Amino acid sequence: MTDILMPALSPTMEEGILAKWHVKVGDTVAAGDVIAEIETDKATMEVEAVDEGTIEAILVEAGTEGVKVNTPIARLSGGDAKPAPKAAPAAETPKTEAPKVAAASTPAPVASAPAAGARVAASPLARRLAEMNKLDLKAIPGSGPHGRVIKRDIEATLAGGTGKAASAASTAAAEPRKVQSLEQMGIPAGSYDLVPLNNMRKVIARRLTESFRDIPHFPLTIDIELDNLLAARTKINTALESQGVKVSVNDIVIKAVALALKAVPEANASFTPEGIALHHNADVAMAVAIDGGLITPIIRKAETKSLSQIAKETKDLAARARDMKLKPEEFQGGTFSVSNLGMFGIKQFASIINEPQGCILSVGAGEQRPVVKNGALAVATVMTVTLTCDHRVVDGSIGAKYINALKNLLEDPIKMLA
Amino acid sequence: MTYDLVVIGSGPGGYEGAIRASQNGLKVAIVERELLGGICLNWGCIPTKALLKSAEVFDKINHLGDYGLTGEKPGFDFEKVIARSRDVAKQLNSGVGYLMKKNKIDVIEGFATLSPGKDAPKVTVKLNKGGEQVVEAKNVMLAVGARAREIPAIGAVSDGDRIWTYRNALSPSRMPKSLVVIGSGAIGIEFASFYRSLGAEVTVVEALDRILPVEDKEVSAEAQKAFEKRGFKFRIGAKVTKVEKSASGVKVSVEVGGKAEVLEAEGCIVAVGIVANTENLGLEKLGVEMDRGHLKNDSHGKTNVKGLYAIGDCAGPPWLAHKASHEAIHAVDYIAGKKLSNLNPPIPGCTYATPEVASVGITEQGAKEKGLDIKIGRFPFKANGKAIAAGEPGGFVKVIFDKKTGALLGAHLIGSNVTEMVQGFCLAITMEATEEDLQGTVFPHPTMSEAILEASLDADGRMINL
Repeated sequence: MTDILMPALSPTMEEGILAKWHVKVGDTVAAGDVIAEIETDKATMEVEAVDEGTIEAILVEAGTEGVKVNTPIARLSGGDAKPAPKAAPAAETPKTEAPKVAAASTPAPVASAPAAGARVAASPLARRLAEMNKLDLKAIPGSGPHGRVIKRDIEATLAGGTGKAASAASTAAAEPRKVQSLEQMGIPAGSYDLVPLNNMRKVIARRLTESFRDIPHFPLTIDIELDNLLAARTKINTALESQGVKVSVNDIVIKAVALALKAVPEANASFTPEGIALHHNADVAMAVAIDGGLITPIIRKAETKSLSQIAKETKDLAARARDMKLKPEEFQGGTFSVSNLGMFGIKQFASIINEPQGCILSVGAGEQRPVVKNGALAVATVMTVTLTCDHRVVDGSIGAKYINALKNLLEDPIKMLA
Repeated sequence: MTYDLVVIGSGPGGYEGAIRASQNGLKVAIVERELLGGICLNWGCIPTKALLKSAEVFDKINHLGDYGLTGEKPGFDFEKVIARSRDVAKQLNSGVGYLMKKNKIDVIEGFATLSPGKDAPKVTVKLNKGGEQVVEAKNVMLAVGARAREIPAIGAVSDGDRIWTYRNALSPSRMPKSLVVIGSGAIGIEFASFYRSLGAEVTVVEALDRILPVEDKEVSAEAQKAFEKRGFKFRIGAKVTKVEKSASGVKVSVEVGGKAEVLEAEGCIVAVGIVANTENLGLEKLGVEMDRGHLKNDSHGKTNVKGLYAIGDCAGPPWLAHKASHEAIHAVDYIAGKKLSNLNPPIPGCTYATPEVASVGITEQGAKEKGLDIKIGRFPFKANGKAIAAGEPGGFVKVIFDKKTGALLGAHLIGSNVTEMVQGFCLAITMEATEEDLQGTVFPHPTMSEAILEASLDADGRMINL
C-alpha cells in the first residue's frame, strides 16, 4: 500500500487545488499514467503515477482547494507496504462550492482552514500580535526554534522586512476588505449567473489590488513611428520563410524592450526594503490572455536572443499558456512586462505593475496617422506605448530615458544590430 | 599546530565556550593564568553560596523555637565555615579540569599576550612553569573577566587585612565583629548578609538613593526593610570620602546629605563594581576598540580586530557568569558556522542574601522610562500557604506585562528561595508568554510558586487568595 502525496509543482508551492481525478477507485495504473490534475495560482499540472498498482482509495476529492503539499491524496495498493499517515485531509479541507448568492461579493478566504495537525508553530505573543495586526501566521516565515514564528518575525513582517513577509502582510491587509453584497447594492439574486472564483481569478484580484493600491505608479506615453520597423519585418520574414518562422511586431518589441533595458539598466529594477535590485538580465514577461484570466510567460535573457528565437519562444509559450501547461518557472520571475492590446485596436492604455517588476509597457495598435514632418503633414504608421513606472524605483527622468531608448530602437530597428 | 580557537580565560564564559567549540568540531586550547573555572567557581558565585548556606542554616538553628524545636545554643567554627567554602570551590575546579580532558581541550597554564597575526592575533603564553609558548590560532576569544574595582584616591584599596575586596572576604583570617560594606549591589549585600548572620555589626553604604539599585524600586525597599529587621544598618545616598586604617580596624568617612560621618569598624569590604582585566594583554598594539573600559564587541562577540572575539565581564555588563556563558556559546557557534539561535533572552539576576532577590526583564521604572504601557501584578508570600507553613512569609512576586499585547516584560521576586523560582519567568519570557499563558498554567499546590500565578492574575485584578 502506498500513499500518493500532493506534489509540489514549484519550490515555493505550499498548496494547490486538486482540480480533477483521471482515475477512480479500483482502476489499475502503471507508472507514468496521468492520474490527476493539480491547479496552482497560474498553472494546471498533470500528476503521474510513480508506482503501479490499483487505486484503493481517493483521499481528497476533485475540486478540493488548499490541499497542502505532501498531503496524501490517494492510496495505491500493491507496491511497498507503508502505513498511510492518518491525515484524513479530505474531511478537513474546505471544498470548492459555488458561494451562496448573498455572499457573492465576499470571496471565500483562500485556504482558511488548514488540515488537522497543520497548526502553525508560533509563540503566544506572536499569535496575539498576528491577531491584533490581522496577519496570517501561515504566511509568515518563522525564525524561532523549529521554525516557530516569534515576535521578531511579526515585527519584521510589519516593517516589511522580507519580501515574502511583506507581501504576506499586505495580503492580510487586503483580505478584510468587505463590500456590500450585490443584493444590498440593488442587484437582485437570480438576475445574474455567478462564476465561482478560481485560483487564478483570486490571485489576479489580490495581486493587482495590492499593486495598484500600494505602489506609487505613474504612466509615461510616447508615439513611435513604425514604418521602418514594418519594412524590416517584411524583409526578415522573407528571409525566415524557409524555416517556417514568422516574426511579429510584438517579437520585435520584446527584443527592443530588452535591448533598451540594457541601455538603461535603472529601469530593469525591483524595489525591496533592503535596496533596489538591479537585474542582470532582461527577462521579459509578456501578458497572454487565456481562458479565465491572463498569464505572463517569460522570454529569459531576451537581450541575447535573435528575433527568430524570440518568435519561436513566444509562439510556443503562448500556445502552452492557453492550454494551461506552463511550468511555474516559465511564468514566475520576469523583470519587466509587456502587454499588447494592439490587435484589439486599443490606441492607448496604462497597465498595472506586475510586482516586483519596476515597469510594465502597454503597447497600443499601430495605425496610420497624420504626422507633421518638416513642417508639413504626412502619413506614418504610428503606435502609442505607455510605460507604467514604480516611482520607488524608476523616477520620471529614468522612465523618460528608457522610453526614448525604446523609441529610438523601434523607429530605426537596424540600431538593434549595433 | 594551529588551533581553530584559543580561549583566554577559563571562567564560566571561557570554559563553557571551549567545550561547545570542541563539540562543534573545533580544535581548542584554553589559557588560564590561575585556576580553571575562573572567579565564578573559585572566588565568586560558588564559594559565596557555600558561605551563605552555612549562614542560612545557622540562622534557622537560631530560630529553632519558631518551629517548635529545642536545642542548645548553637555556635560556629569560623575556620571550618571558610574551609568548607574552599573545599566546594576546589571540587568544582577539578571538575572543570576533567571536562577539559573529556572534551580534548588543551589547557595551557600561563599568562597570554596578543600580537598581530595572520587569521587572528598571535598568542604568546608566559607559562606558569617557566618559559614561553607561542600558540597559533584561527580565532582567539578573550574571556579574561574582571576584578573588584578599587578607588585609590579615597584609600578604598585592599590591604588584605582590614580593607577587603570580595576575594579577601572569602578567605579571611578572622571573623570581624563589625564591618562596613561599601556598595549595595549583589556582592556587597551577600557578604553583608553572611557576616551579619554570623554576628557581625554590619553597615552598608550606598551612593545611590536605594540599595540593590539595579532591581525594581519596590524590591529595593522591601529588601532594605527585611535587612534592617535583621540588624543591618544603612547609609543611603552616602558618598565615601576616605577609607583609612586605624589602630582597631578601619575608619570610613562618609557624607550623607551634606553631613559628614565617620564609620568605625574592624573591617571594610569594597564592593563598588568591577574593572575588566584588559591590561598587559597587548590590546593597545592590536588597536582593539574599547567602550568605557570594556572590550567593544558585536552581537556575535566579534571585536574590531580580525579573528578576535570578546565575551563575558571583559566585554561589558551585566557582569554575570550566565551572561558570559551565553555569549561564549553564541560566539563559538558563530565561529563554527552553526545555526544561531534567534532568541534574545533577557539576563536574569540573583542576590543570594536572606531574603533572596531575583529578577528578569524590565523594571517598573525601566518600563516607564521607555514609555511602555504596562500592567502590574503583585502577590505577597504572606498570603501563600506554603510560605506560611515554611515560616518564610516575607517578600513578594511582582510581574510586569505589556498592557496591549499582554507580553511578559519583567518579573521581580524577593523572599525565600526565589532565586530557584525566577527561571519560570525566564523560560516564559524566552518563549514569549503572555499574561494569559501564566494565568492559564497550573501551578502545583502547595508551593511558593503559586505566587507567580496569583501575581499574574492580579495584573488583571483577578487575584484569588488575597
